[in-house]
Amino acid sequence: MRRVTATDDAHDPGRRDFLFLATGAWAAAGAGFLAWPFISQMNPDAASLALGSTEVDLGQISEGQVVSIKWRGKPVFIWNRTKAQVEEAKKVDLGQLPDKSARNENLPSDADAADANRAAPGKENWLVVVGVCTHLGCIPLSNSGDFGGWLCPCHGSHYDSAGRIRRGPAPENLHVPPYAFEGDSKIKIG
Amino acid sequence: MQGHSTYRPTGGVAKWLEDRLPIVGLVHSSAVAYPVPRNLNYLWTFGGILTFMLVAQILTGVVLVMHYVPDATKAFESVEKIMRDVNYGWLLRYLHANGASMFFIAVYIHIFRGMYYGSYKAPREVLWILGVIIFLLMMATAFMGYVLPWGQMSFWGATVITNLFSAIPLVGPSIVTWLWGGFSVDDATLKHFFSLHYLLPFVIAGVVGLHIWALHHVGQNNPTGVEVKDIRRDTVPFTPYATLKDGVALVVFMIFFAYFVFYIPNYLGHADNYIKANPLVTPAHIVPEWYFLPFYAILRAIPSKLGGVVMMFGAIAVLFFLPWLDRSKVRSANYRPLYKQFFWVFVAVAVLLGWLGSKPPEGIYVTLSRLATAYYFLHFLVILPLLGTFEKTKPLPASIGDSVLGSSYGGAHATAAAAPETRG
Amino acid sequence: MTRQTIMIDRPAMTSPARKAIRSLALILGVGLGLAAADVDRATAAEQIHPPRMDWSFWGPLGHYDPGQLQRGFKIYREVCSSCHALSMIAFRNLADEGGLTYSEEQAKTIAAEYQVKDPQPDDKGEFPERPGRLSDYFPSPFPNEEAARAANGGAYPPDFSTLAKARTYERGFPWFLIDIFGQYQEQGQDYIHALLNGYQEPEHGEKPPRPGLHYNRYFPGHWIAMAKPISDGQVEYTDGTPTTLEQYSKDIAAFMTWAAEPHLAARKQMGLKVMFFLIVFAGLLFYVKKSVWSGWKPETA
Repeated sequence: MRRVTATDDAHDPGRRDFLFLATGAWAAAGAGFLAWPFISQMNPDAASLALGSTEVDLGQISEGQVVSIKWRGKPVFIWNRTKAQVEEAKKVDLGQLPDKSARNENLPSDADAADANRAAPGKENWLVVVGVCTHLGCIPLSNSGDFGGWLCPCHGSHYDSAGRIRRGPAPENLHVPPYAFEGDSKIKIG
Repeated sequence: MQGHSTYRPTGGVAKWLEDRLPIVGLVHSSAVAYPVPRNLNYLWTFGGILTFMLVAQILTGVVLVMHYVPDATKAFESVEKIMRDVNYGWLLRYLHANGASMFFIAVYIHIFRGMYYGSYKAPREVLWILGVIIFLLMMATAFMGYVLPWGQMSFWGATVITNLFSAIPLVGPSIVTWLWGGFSVDDATLKHFFSLHYLLPFVIAGVVGLHIWALHHVGQNNPTGVEVKDIRRDTVPFTPYATLKDGVALVVFMIFFAYFVFYIPNYLGHADNYIKANPLVTPAHIVPEWYFLPFYAILRAIPSKLGGVVMMFGAIAVLFFLPWLDRSKVRSANYRPLYKQFFWVFVAVAVLLGWLGSKPPEGIYVTLSRLATAYYFLHFLVILPLLGTFEKTKPLPASIGDSVLGSSYGGAHATAAAAPETRG
Repeated sequence: MTRQTIMIDRPAMTSPARKAIRSLALILGVGLGLAAADVDRATAAEQIHPPRMDWSFWGPLGHYDPGQLQRGFKIYREVCSSCHALSMIAFRNLADEGGLTYSEEQAKTIAAEYQVKDPQPDDKGEFPERPGRLSDYFPSPFPNEEAARAANGGAYPPDFSTLAKARTYERGFPWFLIDIFGQYQEQGQDYIHALLNGYQEPEHGEKPPRPGLHYNRYFPGHWIAMAKPISDGQVEYTDGTPTTLEQYSKDIAAFMTWAAEPHLAARKQMGLKVMFFLIVFAGLLFYVKKSVWSGWKPETA
């Protein structure tokens, strides 16, 4: 900008500079506030935020079977594990896990990845996890991989029978969504 | 945009870039050093306001499209979802809907300013014609945008306006079917209009680019209508002088805009558009948006279908010929005492036509519409050519500098023949 | 350049032309006056202007009165909802700020009192009915417009979601200009209030054009398909508000306004801040502009 020099005594240069600065700051603040609605509108709208829960009847799921349910547009795996699969998950040494956190939204964030912290409370045969690979979002294949859980076909992440990452590029265990039992054979996810 | 760039890159990187892409120099010459007549009044700020409105409409429109569904069964509901559930959706939609009206308020002031000060006269004919093209594109864009919420007025407005084309002999009905993509205004029509409503603003932006290019080539007109002669005495650099003045006007305009958006957001709309489109029921009064009303009045003033359509489009077409219809050598109405009066009569007739357009086509309204329509064309086709011959104009100031400062300021010899590079 | 010295002598300034302009202006003026008079007669015959009411949501500081909205909602539930849908409102909206402001628990309880068709098919592909949840929308009384018409003698009871904004009446000149400054946006509400109070015997003993229509002072054309929907004492209020038709019609109109414009309070509050910001900004810029322009001299340009 061309510098315009006012030599008029009536204009105190200090006051002028302050006026220019104040105006510039005011304009910048306004631009910031104006930008927010344009950014915020891309966040989930009120209807999406309210759509939270899905109910599932577990009576239909036989032992060893994995079903996938849509919740918030993503698959949730519900696995009725066999005794052997539960035992296998329980005996894993937590020290050798790449991700030692439970990743369970129903527990405090510092809970460890023990099978008890992954499975349904008091009903250890039930494992409920979000069926989205924590690497780049593909859907892992059930009952596959080297650890008896899931294998993600995209980049070869192996999960065990508690949905914990064991080998491959995924950084975290499969997430456990918020859910609760409603009666003996019904859960509500979300 | 002409050769008066005084930009000299200082840094090494700036020089490197300028040798390869002189974009900083272009911006500097057209938005910083560009000489602006120093006597421009606030009416000259509407070009900047219009540029702002175009950008504002495009920005709010682009985000609305993220939520809008161009489908006849869902469009109305999706707009309501924007109003209810989308974060700040009500704000964005009211900005966009009222923004269209603000855009037209600004463009009408801009057009009437051009008419008052004779800004269409040589060498600014192409500049003016580009402006009329922008005006036409704006009307098409606004009309198609109004269809998108798929309310009753959207639907019946679309039906009435598309049926205008059926007045064209021989091919008219085929054209209407083609516009509709069917045998009535329906889902296909909505999709046509949605696509074009998204496209046309960018076409407008392109023509605006040409409009500004032409403006910067010939230079701005000014309230005296006298060309710039001495760049030092007659002009100020665009930045900071004109940018600040434009800025003041823009913020005042935004206050006006915000008043509508926040306090009376539905004032300029129509209640019937909050009823979902129903192809079996026509509202009692079909009225277009206010900015089309003068042309709508002209359409209804003529008792023949083809005649009405021809006159309506003629009312815009005549604007293209304005630079040649007004034969007066003097630009500004300030120095044309008769034209000045006819100008204000013309403004009054245009406003009257607008009011008549909102009235039912019966009784006294039809008579008045015919009188006003006749006067509208009389103004362009008879009064303006005659005034050019018979009007006695007032003496013009020798230069812009003289008109502002008085001839004693800055030395009389400064008014000597303009240096060639100062033109524009 | 242009011809620059054309002189004026005032007297010579073509007085016939001036006269022509004056008479033209006169014609236009008279025409305008005639037209304005004509309008009043035309609209008077067509629709009687509803009386203007006081609304808490009018004006720059306008907002909803939660108590009134809750009363209006009660009327909707007990009276209107048997015919009129409210399809764009979800139960979660009952707890929205700036609206009825029920607690989330209260909203959940209300939702559970409704039987709602689940929008998702169950594993047998059916859409089972179940108690409503916050994310569900108010169930409509009829599955579609045809069913609604069939049940209501051919008339379609309009959806309440946008109805308050979809009704108005002609204000006429010069009121439509004055309304800009008066911020009068409540034509729809005034009309709804008037309509509910406007059932009466035909003024001149007219007969209905077809059976099943009811005379209403404020309905355009006077003959409305909806029978008088509500009378004094029909809905019980628990907050001591008088249970009169007058009060009911205000409360339901307020509730319908909220349904059509749920973010009204947020809009007006933001408007106040935006106005403050812009007016200060305009003042600052004006002084910057003045300061810069006053420093200009031809020599420095």
